[in-house]
Amino acid sequence: MLRWLIGGGREPQGLAEKAALQTIGEDQSQNPYTELLVLRAHDDIVRFLVQLDDYRFASAGDDGLIVVWNAQTGEKLLELRGHTQKITAVIAFPSLDSCEGSSQLILTASADRTVRVWDCDTGRQIQRVPCLQSTVKCFTVLQKLDVWLSGGNDLGVWNRKLDLLCKSNYLSDTGISALVEIPGDCVVAAVGKELIIFRLQAPTEGLLEWDITEVKRLLDHQDNILSLLNISDKSFVTGSHVGELIIWDALDWTVQACECSFWSPSSQLDAQQEIKLFQKQNDISINHFTCDEENVFAAVGRGLYVYNLQLKRVIACQKTAHDSNVLHIDKLPNRQLISCSEDGSVRIWEVREKQQLAAEPVPTGFFNMWGFGRVNKQASQPVKKQQENGTTSSLELVGDLIGHSSSVEMFLYFEDHGLVTCSADHLIILWKNGERESGLRSLKLFQKLEENGDLYSASR
Amino acid sequence: MISAPDVVAFTKEDEYEEEPYNEPALPEEYSVPLFPYASQGANPWSKLSGAKFSRDFILISEFSEQVGPQPLLTIPNDTKVFGTFDLNYFSLRIMSVDYQASFVGHPPGSAYPKLNFVEDSKVVLGDSKEGAFAYVHHLTLYDLEARGFVRPFCMAYISADQHKIMQQFQELSAEFSKASECLKMGNRKAFAGELEKKLKDLDYTRTVLHTETEIQKKANDKGFYSSQAIEKANELANVEKSIIEHQDLLKQIRSYPRQKMKVPDLHPGDVEQSQDEADQVSIPPNPEEPAHADLYTCRPSYTPKLIKAKSTKCFDKKLKTLEELCDTEYFTQTLAQLSHIEHMFRGDLCYLLTSQIDRALRKHQHITNFLFEDFMDVDDRIEKQENVPSRPSREGLPSRPVEECPIPKVLISVGSYKSSVESVLIKMDQELGDEEYKEVKATESSSFDPQENLDYLDMDMKGSISSGESIEVLGTEKSSSVLSKSDSQASLTVPLSPRVVRSKAVSHRTVSEDSIEVLSTCPSEALIPDDFKASYPSAINEEETYADNEGDNEGAIHFHASVTPPELGETQEGNLENTPSQIDSSCCIGKESEGQLVPLPTPASTLSEEDGVVSIPPQRYLQKEQGLHVDLVMENTDPSPRDNICEMFPAYELDPRCLLASRDVSKTSLDNYSDTASYMGSVASASSDRSLSAHPAGLSSERHKKRAGQNALKFIRQYPFAHPAIYSLLSGRTLVVLGEDESIVRKLVTALSIFVPSYGCCAKPVKHWISSPLHIMDFQKWKLIGLQRVASPSSVGTLHTLSRYSRYTSILDLDNKTLRCPLYSGTLVPRLADHRTQIKRGSTYYLHVQSMLTQLCSKAFLYTFCHHLHLPAHSEETREAVASRQTSFLKLNLGLVNEDIRVVQYLAELLKLHYMQESPGAACPLLRFDYVPSFLYKI
Repeated sequence: MLRWLIGGGREPQGLAEKAALQTIGEDQSQNPYTELLVLRAHDDIVRFLVQLDDYRFASAGDDGLIVVWNAQTGEKLLELRGHTQKITAVIAFPSLDSCEGSSQLILTASADRTVRVWDCDTGRQIQRVPCLQSTVKCFTVLQKLDVWLSGGNDLGVWNRKLDLLCKSNYLSDTGISALVEIPGDCVVAAVGKELIIFRLQAPTEGLLEWDITEVKRLLDHQDNILSLLNISDKSFVTGSHVGELIIWDALDWTVQACECSFWSPSSQLDAQQEIKLFQKQNDISINHFTCDEENVFAAVGRGLYVYNLQLKRVIACQKTAHDSNVLHIDKLPNRQLISCSEDGSVRIWEVREKQQLAAEPVPTGFFNMWGFGRVNKQASQPVKKQQENGTTSSLELVGDLIGHSSSVEMFLYFEDHGLVTCSADHLIILWKNGERESGLRSLKLFQKLEENGDLYSASR
Repeated sequence: MISAPDVVAFTKEDEYEEEPYNEPALPEEYSVPLFPYASQGANPWSKLSGAKFSRDFILISEFSEQVGPQPLLTIPNDTKVFGTFDLNYFSLRIMSVDYQASFVGHPPGSAYPKLNFVEDSKVVLGDSKEGAFAYVHHLTLYDLEARGFVRPFCMAYISADQHKIMQQFQELSAEFSKASECLKMGNRKAFAGELEKKLKDLDYTRTVLHTETEIQKKANDKGFYSSQAIEKANELANVEKSIIEHQDLLKQIRSYPRQKMKVPDLHPGDVEQSQDEADQVSIPPNPEEPAHADLYTCRPSYTPKLIKAKSTKCFDKKLKTLEELCDTEYFTQTLAQLSHIEHMFRGDLCYLLTSQIDRALRKHQHITNFLFEDFMDVDDRIEKQENVPSRPSREGLPSRPVEECPIPKVLISVGSYKSSVESVLIKMDQELGDEEYKEVKATESSSFDPQENLDYLDMDMKGSISSGESIEVLGTEKSSSVLSKSDSQASLTVPLSPRVVRSKAVSHRTVSEDSIEVLSTCPSEALIPDDFKASYPSAINEEETYADNEGDNEGAIHFHASVTPPELGETQEGNLENTPSQIDSSCCIGKESEGQLVPLPTPASTLSEEDGVVSIPPQRYLQKEQGLHVDLVMENTDPSPRDNICEMFPAYELDPRCLLASRDVSKTSLDNYSDTASYMGSVASASSDRSLSAHPAGLSSERHKKRAGQNALKFIRQYPFAHPAIYSLLSGRTLVVLGEDESIVRKLVTALSIFVPSYGCCAKPVKHWISSPLHIMDFQKWKLIGLQRVASPSSVGTLHTLSRYSRYTSILDLDNKTLRCPLYSGTLVPRLADHRTQIKRGSTYYLHVQSMLTQLCSKAFLYTFCHHLHLPAHSEETREAVASRQTSFLKLNLGLVNEDIRVVQYLAELLKLHYMQESPGAACPLLRFDYVPSFLYKI
């Protein structure tokens, strides 16, 4: 049984195992990440990464620890200790432009039912809100009003000094899972299957206190809403556990478009039956969104979908982008899409326009994905074809980053420093462009030589 | 004592044809003077034939006032080492040449006994009858109960190889001075303690006597004293006097540090404390230390006793042993230092010189050294020694701490050194013929022509060999400096030129028929006028710097060029003639010593001898790591920056010893056997005493190198895919050696580790054996991993991760004899690891690898530090343009092909990282990798 590893037998078997998965060999000329740095500080799953500025980021995890890193050198800058239980939400609270002295803050919420505010220059804990009624699961910052909102079982509004300005009524036991700001001083909160829109009112002449009022409840989703994202000022998008993607108008809160056919074009009811029969539910759950001007990219189950806002349909998809659920995706400026997954890998995709007559651009393994569930292929393949016809672009695997030994929870992209991934194996990995780093090191080297006065002494 | 006039046995003059003793067919031993066993049995004058001991050892003797000269202890303390060698006889001899002007007692015009802080004298003497030559270091220790309060001791390094003693004189002198200084420091401490006790006793006695007298006074009020009372009063007066005397002595001994160091504001306590600090840096702290924190304070626990009048100086009482004379802590430190010396000078001269040369050359590349050299153990020490004037010694001897060694002290030491040099010169003036004197002058002043130096050395060897059974004192160095330690330090900073001079003088003198010859000693400072003394040193220094500028970088090449063709021819001839016998004898020696090894009672050592690479016991490895750690600490605390070293090493390079050795290298490289064989001998004998190896690090690394080389050679011959495997290592791709048998895996990992570039100052990134599944961190940390293959379900995880991370690794499967790694098609590795290589010896192969890698390092250095390669020529230049410039440089200028480029690039990255890390300390290593497909190689 050991022979497969070393012997030639390895490859075929490996292929057979991952038949559904598009694989890329070791020859990844377009993959720029040829250098990695493992950062180790956490003792438990690292779930959150927050970018602080051009070169710093913070990581937080189930060990209740927040660590501030230098993304360039991988240096550990600060360790923020205080939370006694796992961190449930992190957000960076940018410093005010008006007052120079104030430094950037990090807000962290933990399962110990506290929210703490940290100064990320000194590492000092500035303030702490003890004894909340519930664990805060999400934050959002309204920069315009210089307040931040915490979403737990209710919605709280706080100012920079951590004064509770106002609070909504008790919403539900499950609490708010996602929170997004929309125009008109409104926020959208995802609570279970519902989307609740709140309006926030700052004190004016007539009103002495801050006030938050529920404006509307949207009940279009069939299942729990997992992801919520602002697309632009005019619209936002939500995704649910059963694969419904709804694009909403941000002003009148109406459905602009709905896409529920990630798994099948047939009717919802049938689909659900099918799902129950053949697939795990979370294979179609929409885990995460990202978007650019034209497209919304959705991480649906193990796959990736590109939904075009203008065409209002899926233009490209990769049904099994990973071996396991995709947890986080991000769109890079250079038309690349990065996804990370529970299978521990990070993959880099490129959105390419499909050529006219590219009959079978999808790898052969693609069609076999249903084979796992022992579906009759006749039933599913037409479905495929149909969907194929709909797509005009394709997602090509450009490279993969293998380093984590467990689920990659999240990643963060720095234009200048590369990619940071965090994982359930307690590690954070800094992926860097080896060539660029090498050049930078050379620059630094000569700088140092110059400082030491060694550089020109020989020639003089 | 000394009887027959010397017989001149052989002389060989390469260039001085006028010498009457020139014989054409010359035994090879003289042209390869460093290989003493070569001619064993071949001629009756062989140095070794007379030697009754198997290898070098250190002897400590005493001139006891009761029984005369007697040996006290040997290092190593093993009867096998000195065998039938007559220690008593030799003690007599070495003690009889003590030229210390040790005078203690009542000097005229002084009321109290005066302690004289005598300098150690350093003498080389030979006893050709015994076949023993020795560097003898005389020192005096204080003992309250001894005659004149002094006990003369000497430490001798005894070797059968006279050349070794002569050529390593400076080093021996320096090392022994350290030991001596340590011993004396401890002795002063003990002596002070002894004095304190004595004073208490006297004080007590006085009180007792006083009360008795008072009682007597009261008892008879008659106005006159009874004889008894008078006696008591006298006794009391005696005691009073004795107290004053002892107090004076105590003052003297306490004043020693201040007096000697000429640092006025220094309190003994301070000195001691900072010494303790220094000790802690370099040597694991002695548990006893706190107890002794304050050197000269009295111990409260001591209860004084009554002293009977005239109880001192009784002859039937047992004299204190050396250990009792010295503070325990210092004594053990001294012993450690001595055994360190013993280790340091192990092996034959050739080996010592080669390694010295090696170190000297290596200093030229201090930027790239960290990659492949395991320079930590020896180099740092040497560096430190060269910088010594302003630094404490690494050995942690109780020396002055850094802050307390300001410039004035250095000046003093230099001065003292000069004076000793001078003394030699004066001697020559008197004794040498005009012609020779001129020659000496010439060597000294005009150029450091290596050849000439060699000849002088050769001559001196001849001279000393010629002595039949006399003792010759071949050279003494009696510095007039106040502090012998500083003097030795200074002598290190100024390399060997004076010794050449001295040996010249020696050669001249040995012909004479005096029974004892003391050649070129300088009895006292008084001989040298002060201003002369002052000016002379600078003269030497100037010469050196001048020579530096001249020779600068081409040092090594220069040496080689200077070997004259006829000489070369001759040596080659000689080599051809003598090669068979050489090999034979060397083999014999090797076997002999291994044969000695087998019956050893310690099974561990034999075992380790047997199973090769694996034999390096883990604790020793650990120990080594500790050593490294210590070194690092030292480096950090070291106040003097690198440029010191830079200044130093050209001087080192000019060291005639190096010149000599470089010639020797060129010779010995003609046949690899001689050096490896002798090396083997030394290694084997070295391993025969495991018991008291206080400094095993260097030794084990020697053996390690040899074994590693051998196994690497085996690997290359055995596996056709050795090249891609080695390429993986060189290019920083982790190689996982997978196997079931731990010993085999470990062996191979150790062998392959010679190809692994290090990240920095720490140990090589090699993990010899691991059985848990690999992790991404492992690839970041280690570049060579021995992985256990278990035939159990748990191993699935291991193998799974291995396949998962396959892009970072090359996998060498020992059980299936397969290798999975990227293709290699360069030209570098085939040269490095040619499976048809003629090299047969592990150590030779190791050296081959080292030299190849050094070459590679210099390429990487060029690539890294070429300004125009890495910086854009103008602001608009794209990265691609820079990259193409780099590639063309690598290909065209450095002549690298295909994958070789990657190797140099990887090394360049390491260099960059290392260079930038130097100040802030070790950062975490990066894992660099390439996306290249792997292939499966099978046998």
